[in-house]
Amino acid sequence: MVDRLLGRSRDATPAPFPAVPADSADNQAAVWARVQLARNLRRPHTLELIRLMADGWVELHGDRLFGDDGAMVAGLATIDRHRVAIVGMQKGADTEENIRRSFGMPHPEGYRKAMRVMEMAERFGLPIVTLIDVPGAHPGAESEERGIADAIARSIALMSRLRTPIVAVITGEGGSGGALALAVADVVIALENATYSVITPEGCASILWRTPEEAPTAARAMRMSAGEQQRLGVVDVVVPEPAGGAHTDHAETARHLRATIVGWLDALVPVPTDQLVEARYRRFRALGPYTETAAPAVPAPERTGLADRLRNLLDINRWASPTGPQPGQGRQRDEPPARDEV
Amino acid sequence: MPIKLPSFRPRRDAYPPDLWTKCPSCGEMLFNKQLDKATRVCPSCGHHFRLSAQARLDLLLDHGSFEELDAGLQSVDPLGFVDQKPYPDRVIAAQTATGLRDAAVRGIGTIDGQPVSVCVMDFGFMGGSMGAVVGEKVTRAAEDALARRIPLLIVSASGGARMQEGTLALMQLAKTVGALERLRMAGVPYVSLLSDPTTGGVFASYAVLGDVNLAEPNALIGFAGARVAAGTIGAELPPGFQRAEFLFDHGFVDRVVHRSELRAELALLLRYLQPRALTAEAATSSLGLSSFRPLGILSSLADRVLAPAEEPAPAPAPPLPAPAPASSAPSAASPTAEASRG
Repeated sequence: MVDRLLGRSRDATPAPFPAVPADSADNQAAVWARVQLARNLRRPHTLELIRLMADGWVELHGDRLFGDDGAMVAGLATIDRHRVAIVGMQKGADTEENIRRSFGMPHPEGYRKAMRVMEMAERFGLPIVTLIDVPGAHPGAESEERGIADAIARSIALMSRLRTPIVAVITGEGGSGGALALAVADVVIALENATYSVITPEGCASILWRTPEEAPTAARAMRMSAGEQQRLGVVDVVVPEPAGGAHTDHAETARHLRATIVGWLDALVPVPTDQLVEARYRRFRALGPYTETAAPAVPAPERTGLADRLRNLLDINRWASPTGPQPGQGRQRDEPPARDEV
Repeated sequence: MPIKLPSFRPRRDAYPPDLWTKCPSCGEMLFNKQLDKATRVCPSCGHHFRLSAQARLDLLLDHGSFEELDAGLQSVDPLGFVDQKPYPDRVIAAQTATGLRDAAVRGIGTIDGQPVSVCVMDFGFMGGSMGAVVGEKVTRAAEDALARRIPLLIVSASGGARMQEGTLALMQLAKTVGALERLRMAGVPYVSLLSDPTTGGVFASYAVLGDVNLAEPNALIGFAGARVAAGTIGAELPPGFQRAEFLFDHGFVDRVVHRSELRAELALLLRYLQPRALTAEAATSSLGLSSFRPLGILSSLADRVLAPAEEPAPAPAPPLPAPAPASSAPSAASPTAEASRG
């Protein structure tokens, strides 16, 4: 899948920088260390990265509907010679700022502010850079009342059709739908110690292992580190961080990231818009493997006789047995895939 | 090795094998056959029990009109995910318990004689969770609706994205929403029916984006579960939070409809919401007659919507007979369009 994506990238947009080789040998401790690095309070956050990377920056405020969300920043900037719009989540550097910015978890108005600025960027032909660092969208009563799910879904919809180049960068935590709402892009870049996951490792552990203590196990199982995500094809490019993590040298981190972003902007801006939007649609259309067989579905369990019920019972018993399924009974897995992808 | 006693629990949770069901709302003991006859609505208090995909299809579509498509789609295990037991074993256990291949069923049917492309979810299959197969079925249902120019109906019943498929499950949000956005721009109606429960990534993608959103009474609908909210921000949630009526009060659901009236309401809505007729220009371009563009019909539709139409909208023209394929048209006309027909 990665090859195909890179193949797509090659004809439209040559990869300007060699990617960090995927570290297949990340063990549980290494993955958990990366999760901690991604959450490090001293890690460079969005406004700091913008200050270090951009030559000019004007922040814009408000979603024109409800208010201005401190957890989301948006504005106009110049990077190298590109005039761009930048949107991204903003965590605080200390507790006081974090309370003001609700720990980098945007409310619906944050996503609507981002959408407003992205639509404006499309109107004026500006490419978009998104900087993603979010534990997850803000959960809670006021978020639900104002339609957090609606805001996320509409942001995804908008980005899937915007007729301007979009570069998404996961700089820290890529937390679920709250991150994806800004990550439907032509190229998805991640810093080396960034993470991307469908749910926080704590949330996953408390549901599947019934205790948040198993979070490191869940983090490993979900393959949430940037290198693993690259091998899954979810992330296209991984940008190296200074030894010890991005927080040890903000300027160096920003320098690497800026070069990668500029390289991709150089490559994406000349691509005809139709081609760009179609390639973006196909990139996400192709994600998620499955197999397809012509065979009808599993036989229906509509049985009523006693003998059938007994058979059912034995069936369930067999699957629930501690040794797991016996060989030869994983019928669906034995069927050859008719094709593996669209 | 400890002896594992036979357990009925997984089966009973999903599909009660007993004769009687206790209504969780009023405590009344209900005879299952009568409950089924009453479309699983408690006759004494009106509590709506969950419906299996098959029961839902029987309820909504004209008798015998449903033709299932893509029944052979089968989940794979892209991450090698193991929690208490391996993910493939969980899938097989769910298949054995429900007789379904995955948590969604899709096809074509009619409601009061009006054709619809329909996709129905089943909460009994791993909590209705959305992995690549569910995402693919929803996407194909949308693409089918676009290709046939018939309305789309999606019935959601899901806890959210399937954690066992990691970010590839998260990517289904982008995949499904991208397809729905194309449907919306092409002027084909989409009705979303939210049943108990519709939460997480499913709510924050296709379920919330209906042209009309209908919900069943008292259905749990929300983005972040109460436990996540309590765990992340430590906030108490108001009573009635995340119920269908709460969403209705805050403007995210058009109508809360009792199950007995659903079919009639849908039929009425479908009579008002007819797919926009293809203009002559679009009809020719979708047949590849006018200027050939390798990006296919979808981007040409996008052009049409985003660029102001040069001609006044002519009367709906009958689709032109397809001539011999233009020699300039290579087979790669549009993989997306092909998939939508295939």
